[in-house]
Amino acid sequence: MLLVPLAGAIACLMAGAPTARWIALAATLIDLALGVVLWANYDIGGAQWQFTERANLFAGMQWALGIDGIALLLIILSVFLMPICIGASWKSIETRVGEYMAAFLLMETLMIGVFSAQDLFLFYIFFEAGLIPMYLIIGVWGGAERIYASYKFFLYTLLGSVLMLIAMFWMANEAGNTSIPVLMAYDFPPQAQTWLWLAFFASFAVKMPMWPVHTWLPDAHVQAPTAGSVILAGVLLKMGGYGFIRFSLPMFPEASAQFAWLIFALSMIAVVVTSLIALAQHDMKKLIAYSSVAHMGIVTIGLFAFNRQGLEGAMIVMLSHGLVSGALFLSVGVIYDRLHTREIDRYGGLAINMPKYALFFMLFTMASVGLPGTSGFVGEFLALAGIYQLSSWVTAVCTTGIILGAAYMLYLYRRVIFGVQKNADAAAMPDLDAREWAMMVPLALAVLWMGVYPESFLAPMRADIGALDARLAQARPEGDAKIKVAAAKPAAAAHGEAR
Amino acid sequence: MDLFRSLMLVLPEEVLSLSGLALLLVAAWGGDKASRLISILCVAALAGAAFMVAPALCSGAAGAGTEAFGGQYRADAFAAFAKLLIYGAAGVTLIVAPAFFDRVKAMRAEFPLLVLFAALGMGLMVSATDLLTLYIGLELNSLSAYVLASFLRSDERSAEAGLKYFVLGALASGILLFGMSLVYGFTGTTSFTGIRAVLTGEIGTGALFGVIFMLCGLAFKISAAPFHMWTPDVYEGAPTPVTAFFAPAREVAALCLTMRVALDAFGAQVGAWQQIVIFAALLSIVIGALGAIGQANIKRLLAYSSINNVGFMLIGLAAATPKGASAMLVYLAIYVAMSVAAFVAVLLLRDAEGASVEAIGDLAGLSRTRPWLALSLAAVMFSLAGIPPLFGFWGKFLVFQAAVEAHLVALAAIGIAASVIGAFYYIKIVKIMYFDDAVDRVKGAGDWAHTAILALATLAISPLGYLLTRWLGGLADSAAAALFLAA
Repeated sequence: MLLVPLAGAIACLMAGAPTARWIALAATLIDLALGVVLWANYDIGGAQWQFTERANLFAGMQWALGIDGIALLLIILSVFLMPICIGASWKSIETRVGEYMAAFLLMETLMIGVFSAQDLFLFYIFFEAGLIPMYLIIGVWGGAERIYASYKFFLYTLLGSVLMLIAMFWMANEAGNTSIPVLMAYDFPPQAQTWLWLAFFASFAVKMPMWPVHTWLPDAHVQAPTAGSVILAGVLLKMGGYGFIRFSLPMFPEASAQFAWLIFALSMIAVVVTSLIALAQHDMKKLIAYSSVAHMGIVTIGLFAFNRQGLEGAMIVMLSHGLVSGALFLSVGVIYDRLHTREIDRYGGLAINMPKYALFFMLFTMASVGLPGTSGFVGEFLALAGIYQLSSWVTAVCTTGIILGAAYMLYLYRRVIFGVQKNADAAAMPDLDAREWAMMVPLALAVLWMGVYPESFLAPMRADIGALDARLAQARPEGDAKIKVAAAKPAAAAHGEAR
Repeated sequence: MDLFRSLMLVLPEEVLSLSGLALLLVAAWGGDKASRLISILCVAALAGAAFMVAPALCSGAAGAGTEAFGGQYRADAFAAFAKLLIYGAAGVTLIVAPAFFDRVKAMRAEFPLLVLFAALGMGLMVSATDLLTLYIGLELNSLSAYVLASFLRSDERSAEAGLKYFVLGALASGILLFGMSLVYGFTGTTSFTGIRAVLTGEIGTGALFGVIFMLCGLAFKISAAPFHMWTPDVYEGAPTPVTAFFAPAREVAALCLTMRVALDAFGAQVGAWQQIVIFAALLSIVIGALGAIGQANIKRLLAYSSINNVGFMLIGLAAATPKGASAMLVYLAIYVAMSVAAFVAVLLLRDAEGASVEAIGDLAGLSRTRPWLALSLAAVMFSLAGIPPLFGFWGKFLVFQAAVEAHLVALAAIGIAASVIGAFYYIKIVKIMYFDDAVDRVKGAGDWAHTAILALATLAISPLGYLLTRWLGGLADSAAAALFLAA
């Protein structure tokens, strides 16, 4: 699976524009097929780590791959979005097609690598390497402010992850092992956990992104080409959440419990504040970008609820957000390709001349809002149910954020799709063509599937979430009354209570 | 018999010096017309010498059996590792230089010979286990380097570079000599083993001064901050093939010499020099990173980048463990590949008339006009910045790992955080090459030798390099073990 896109990337570099498109499409489709095979062969009741491969290729670290249910789902998400991204850039990318496609395929390799790495440093290499193609994608094929955005993206995420690297050195030194499954069961001394947790937090919070280090995201999203935004929202942001699930929670359960109040505070601010910011946006992509930050806030809250519903909910929100925000960026891309502006005011009344487009856009808007029957509902419901067991007022604040979410998304929808057709050029836009149909339909089906029958997504990860839940049983954050106390007390005291 | 054994041990140096002297005669009789022939023969001599040192590295030679001339010189695995890198860099220079000098019509028969003698001096430096051998090697290398830096006599910048290098280099040698005299005065011996044996327990003030002066002199030679000022001027002014030679080779020789001095001669006094090295490392990283941001000339930028990289390597020295030394050696090997790739790429940057293009602004849009060259340069830049999956990351990785294992967590943390500053200017170059509109200044095509070397070096720093880690790590480990034998 790793090799197919890599080979495709090299072939694309060599090939001319039209061939490169077909090569890229073929490579991503083959990988999608492999992903489906992987899913079909994944033994739900079986061992925790499956499809492992191990080789002592390098000094100091191992080439060790393997997946559990959580990783499986994220890999499926990546390979599912990839052909759609290639399709989205079929026509809108005119210059340097070969290099563009190569960068995308390289991204795919690295993303799958991140989710399947079983070695601490191998994970880091995949995690960091993703910066280079993304930097180029934003910088070369992005919008007017692309250079600023690409710098910001690169330096923010790099600064976050170098701190993580130090923590990794320390861990490898302390535990004498770099294998992730081993480290997940290793008990680090509580004092060290605090520091390690903070170092990992720095990296994942930037990647996630959490408030207040989210500012790179709107810039990067707005300036990236459509497919770049889809990948950024769909998969790259998930690396942060995956990091929390894979590293912070199981490796440092006590520190996680100790810092849960910090996560809650930041996430609550994120959910409410970024929703309000989104409400005031004129730029469609920026609006969706801020909505991403808000959704990620729900993910982190669900993760740090320290119970099964919360964790499952967070996972489903991540998957659903990957599909939905990807789809929303695609929808924006569709009309951007026609009119070359993202200003909301330039559109209006699209329901008249683009009814089919309006239908899809509505489905994705509803999914983003969390309407029952779509994927958004399942995840948000589970995550909030999880956090409610811990604290009712955190839940209340988050629910407010979701209401605000409905407000800005519906407001966006009203302004773009309904109303009078005040701009002649917008009114003259043709409806979806076959290529756009081919991109929208699978996304819409996946969103509905996840909404109606989430069990098929919950089943593979159930055992792993259960294992994580058991691991977390030794440390849980305090409920409502104690959160405020813990925030005020010195860290050591809070730690004692967490036990 | 002892003399014969010693002569066998220094065989690589004998080959180099004898062939150098013989070729000097050829140069005297044949004149500049013979320069190409001399270049080829010099490369052959270097290759021969490399073959002779390789067995020492592979067998991990160490200990008393490798000492020659009563402990003045040691042909162990450590020296062999460094020598192979030096000879490699020198060979590359000799291969790419003729094309450059032909273009500016300044090819002279002395050039390959000077490179050969400089490489010989460097080889002596890394093998030295006595203050006197150290100084002979250092000066042999430095004198050749001064001449090489000012090799384009008619070019003002080149002459200026040579003069600056000479004046400051002489000053540094003076400081080093002063330190050596103090050390000799307080220990009564010039051999590293003897110094180590005497300097145990509490160190006296006088000897401490000697140690500090020696380290200052060496810091100049490795261009570590705060003794780095000459580096950008010399890198910029010297002819590009010369820079391509002493950016990697001088770094290897001087750093390995510093390692031997610090870890062998002063190995019992780690506390005395560790803080100086930490200070120099952090300052080099920061100055290298900040200084590079404003540079408009790519050679100056690479000079600051080398200062920056020296800082990272010194972190491995500060760890003062076999692991740290081994990490430094691996880093050096990777650095040689990066540096060779960078300067060969710079050599390929030429405008329509064949004049060198050195302004960074002129690289704009290079990815459109010369995609493969731009790809190589981008790989070099990301690698120098230490972004995985490029191989440059591996060097930094090992060095930091060694530092953390030596409980220098704070040093590692600051160093890693500072590497983000460095990343800024490296990605700036990538931005100029890939994002900006093409100015189309770069025209000239390279010949196959340049292209082949560039391709090889780029492949080595590409992710494929990781496949070498076990092999490279094994060699570096045995080389570092040779260094720590006395401990």
